[in-house]
Amino acid sequence: MSLTYLEAIREAQAHALRDDPRVFIYGQDVGAFGGAFKATKNLAQEYPGRVLDSPISEDAMVGLAVGAAIEGMRPIIEMQFADFSTVGFNQIVNQAATLFWRTNVPCPITVRLPFGGTSGSGPFHSQCIEAIYAHYPGLIVLTPATVEDAYAMLLEAVALDDPVIFCEHKFLYYHLKADELPSEALPVGKARISREGRDLTVVTYSAMVHEALEAARELSGEGWEIEVVDLRSVKPLDTDTVVASVARTGKLLCVGESWPWGGVTAEIISRVTGEGFGLLDAPPQRLNAKDTPVPYHPNLWAAHRPTARSVASAARNLLRS
Amino acid sequence: MLQTVLDASPRTDAAAAQDVHVAAYRFMLLARLLDDKFAALYRAGKIHGGVFLGRGQEALSVSVGISLKKGDVFAPLIRDAAGRLAFGETVLDAVRTYLGSSLGPMRGRDGNVHRGKPQEGYLPMVSHLGAMISVVNGVLFARRYKKISGTVGAACVGEGATSTGAFHEALNQAGVEKLPLILIVANNQYAYSTPTHFQFACDSLADKAAGYGVEVQTVDGTDLGACLKVVGEAVARARRGGGPQLVVAELLRLCGHGEHDPNDYIDPKLWESPLGRDCLKVAEEYLLRQKWMAPSRVAILRNEIIREIEEAVAQVQREPAPDPFVEQWHSIATGHLNEGNEER
Ligand SMILES: Cc1ncc(C[n+]2csc(CCOP(=O)(O)OP(=O)(O)O)c2C)c(N)n1
Repeated sequence: MSLTYLEAIREAQAHALRDDPRVFIYGQDVGAFGGAFKATKNLAQEYPGRVLDSPISEDAMVGLAVGAAIEGMRPIIEMQFADFSTVGFNQIVNQAATLFWRTNVPCPITVRLPFGGTSGSGPFHSQCIEAIYAHYPGLIVLTPATVEDAYAMLLEAVALDDPVIFCEHKFLYYHLKADELPSEALPVGKARISREGRDLTVVTYSAMVHEALEAARELSGEGWEIEVVDLRSVKPLDTDTVVASVARTGKLLCVGESWPWGGVTAEIISRVTGEGFGLLDAPPQRLNAKDTPVPYHPNLWAAHRPTARSVASAARNLLRS
Repeated sequence: MLQTVLDASPRTDAAAAQDVHVAAYRFMLLARLLDDKFAALYRAGKIHGGVFLGRGQEALSVSVGISLKKGDVFAPLIRDAAGRLAFGETVLDAVRTYLGSSLGPMRGRDGNVHRGKPQEGYLPMVSHLGAMISVVNGVLFARRYKKISGTVGAACVGEGATSTGAFHEALNQAGVEKLPLILIVANNQYAYSTPTHFQFACDSLADKAAGYGVEVQTVDGTDLGACLKVVGEAVARARRGGGPQLVVAELLRLCGHGEHDPNDYIDPKLWESPLGRDCLKVAEEYLLRQKWMAPSRVAILRNEIIREIEEAVAQVQREPAPDPFVEQWHSIATGHLNEGNEER
């Protein structure tokens, strides 16, 4: 058996529906049609009445999920694209994220955001907006980079008693394959060392993990051994694993597909310099997308986001410093 | 909630109407006097943050609270002290929230009108206007999913909130899902200082209902009897499976937006118009005229209520304030996944 990242997401939802009668899925075109990306393919047929089409109302979709969660359900909301979740932003950050703190009543909702760039998708179907959600207290923000994590972390997201922003990368949907679904997994909140190395630590997440791994392979041919840390969860952030890696390598490069102002890469550097300044042999660096909307044309898009080449180049500069 | 009032043996319609009016009037008076107390505490500097009153809206608000039953869902807004009390909120919990007692439902983490008990169907408003309506939808949606029938949910908003996207999305959603939602719009003629002609361009807010496929009624919000009837019927229709119901009430806000607001922008002609009638006075006169209450009984009731409020305030003032050193500062329920509060 071999399955893709997207199929893993579909399987996780099927298992959640099968194992927990409190789970339902609500989103645009998720019912009989199976979703814009087919992440809910056949689920409406297999679980009648539990996979439901919503009107194009991101605000009301999330509001409904919060009400259902108060009533003891575990809704999964599919945003057709992460970019459109900004229309439901208010309900996510002001309603879902504040409920537990204000009232002691948990808000177990999972909001799935198909996010990140793919060639030709342009400014409104490519955005990486994990950092704005991570900024708000009351939310868990997950960014799986592997098929196994997509499956296990989505199941864990649904089981958690808190609102989870589940950022699933569209670039990984079809490319990434695994032989089987995992039977156990690292828990949410723990980063993974995707590749061990002694010369430099690259901290990254989601699709950029694969760019970093490719860069590491390239640099290995030049005699450098790069350690790649996959954050898996950007909130909470596993600072300990990152600092321990920097303690081994002395050099830090943070890579993110999102925009450069603030965000996850800046947060990592802030934490590492605050906790482990003395561990650093060189100023920590970060590599992000350019500070423009995400371009449509493949030539522009490939230059807009970090790639294995630009990661390798940034790493070389840091290694030689 | 009414069953406490009507649980007695079968009565004639007239007697039942009397019971409901008297019960509603008591909640209205309680809400008015409680609001007055909050205003006094505000002027005395005893309240952190703002104070928002429902003066002039008690007849409409109480009609919502009293028409709902235990097990129903209620999302009141800033001017719904009467409805909240009628739905079962205690004076103590209202006072605790305004004074920030750690024993209140919000434990000092939120204050004033932002209070509720979600586990009891009493939803605590967020400030963002229009945002509570779809949450009520969600509870009702989940009830249907769980095959719980016979319960309804009411949300209250002002005419200003009808201009939000959230209002539109939620009312459309309720229409599509045919949920037993009762959406009450109190058109009190001003949204903060903004008059209605800057808020909407249709003749009446009731015109909006057709676009959502929901039923609508309008009502004179200064007339308790009319409000009880119209809101009660809307609740009954929703309960019978008639789908979402919109109720638009016309009235006037007889106070500032908040107690900080001098309220000098209100067109003086409105005060003199039928909209400017004080619904509490109108209700009281009606009760006296019907001889459903004697003047002496009204005076006694007022004194009883004032004593209840004063006792609650005195008790809450002795209760512990929240302690930042005891506060956990956890924003999520999964304890070990909280972050950011370590002494780094
Ligand atoms: C989305 C949003 N925008 C602005 C505000 C600030 N605000 C609070 S109350 C208010 C006026 C509300 O008017 P209306 O809905 O008519 O209710 P009323 O105060 O008249 O009862 C405004 C603008 C808010 N709370 N939410």
